Amino acid sequence: MYGVMFLALLSSLKAIAYKEAQMDTKKVLMTKMGLDGHDFGVKILCQMYRNAGFEVVYTGQRQTAEMVVAAAIEEDVDVIGISTLSGAHMHSVPLTMEEQKKQNIDIPVIVGGTIPPADVEKLKKVGVAEVFPTGTDANMSIEFIKKLPNRKSLKRG
Amino acid sequence: MDIVDKMFQGDRLALARLLSILENNTPEVPLVMSRIQQNQDNGYYIGFTGAPGSGKSTLVDKMILQIRNNNLEVGVVAIDPTSPFSGGAILGDRIRMQNHALDPGVFIRSLATRGSLGGLSRAAKNTARILNASGKDYCIIETVGVGQVEIDIVDTADTTVVVLMPDTGDSIQAIKAGIMEIADIIVVNKADLKGTDQLIADLMLMLHENQRHSWWQVPVIATQADKNIGIKELFEKIEEHKEVLKDTGMLVAKRKEQRVSEFMEIIEQTLLDVILESQKDDSEFCEIINNVMAGLIDPYSAAKKVFGNENLIKRWMMRLSSEILIERRRVDA
Repeated sequence: MYGVMFLALLSSLKAIAYKEAQMDTKKVLMTKMGLDGHDFGVKILCQMYRNAGFEVVYTGQRQTAEMVVAAAIEEDVDVIGISTLSGAHMHSVPLTMEEQKKQNIDIPVIVGGTIPPADVEKLKKVGVAEVFPTGTDANMSIEFIKKLPNRKSLKRG
Repeated sequence: MDIVDKMFQGDRLALARLLSILENNTPEVPLVMSRIQQNQDNGYYIGFTGAPGSGKSTLVDKMILQIRNNNLEVGVVAIDPTSPFSGGAILGDRIRMQNHALDPGVFIRSLATRGSLGGLSRAAKNTARILNASGKDYCIIETVGVGQVEIDIVDTADTTVVVLMPDTGDSIQAIKAGIMEIADIIVVNKADLKGTDQLIADLMLMLHENQRHSWWQVPVIATQADKNIGIKELFEKIEEHKEVLKDTGMLVAKRKEQRVSEFMEIIEQTLLDVILESQKDDSEFCEIINNVMAGLIDPYSAAKKVFGNENLIKRWMMRLSSEILIERRRVDA
């Protein structure tokens, strides 16, 4: 019995020493764009994502599309999460997708918040990976992020 | 042209991707680090450490501005703690560094501590090195100063700034060992709060009693980072420390020391890896471990038993030599 315990101990020791367990840690950029001041939801999500084992980079509020994409490049994240409660998502989200194309990158974008049902398809049409409107179980977004491929952000290099 | 060449040409995507390689400690790390060997000592490393909420990120934000005003480029490694329970982390240092989001002369990278045995300090050091190799004149390493690991990271820095704030303890806190002893410069931030004068007086007394170097008196600087007060003085002190390090030959000595200690660390890690790996199927070693676990033998005697066991050591050596063969094949290929 001790042998088994020792092996388990050993592998966990090794995992700590060589970060094997963390090789597939997801890195998420969370952001609020424009004049959207309600950051209560995004902060709760940040904590939920942390508890799910993700590394969450929170940019803070009042971001432009250029700022979001620049931060996503520097941090080399797996996914960009835009929380929107201001109703301006049809403005800020397409701008972000445009900016990604301009910078020659293709990081999956997910959007959550007060999004009318009619806008969900529109957002997906501009390239958003998934939309989580008000009322969605937050765990659904965790499952979605977990299934995303790792560090595929670069088209070149 | 590969990713390292691209990084040298100023490609931000390539730089970010290289930093991810270090962060995830992939097998490419040695290759990458050997490629940047010639360029990694070009820049200057500044460490910022201090308690959570003392204003490190805001100070760093203002320092970036100061450095950029001198027309120099700067890289930032901002380290936040990993949750020991979930393995996740919230990296929030960027929030205070908004002003530089679109400045091509600034590169900010967040890093989680990931709770690894010495692994973080290596990833953080290497991250700083690559940032410097990419042409940054300064690299700022910002970390929460709460443990030995953080002290190790700051060890990479040429100038270490410890950030304090008033009203967080009595005069005994200031003379406790540890983080205070690694400071080259002490900053008392939020200097508009009450208790500032008392803290500065305590610190001055403490520093006067314990001068570490004959060639450097650790200064205490009062700042209000959010109002940009004291930032210029701080930058001047950092520059002064840099000059002193250069003039006394300490900078060269420090770099030499760092190179050797990093080399020894890698050797240590590799040996440990080989030995741990070979134990998986070694019944003799497992038996000793089991006895230690059950409390039948004390760890010192157990270790003595291990090193007195000729066969066991021989098996380790065999494992090592097979490792050499693997390495040789890798080089040939």
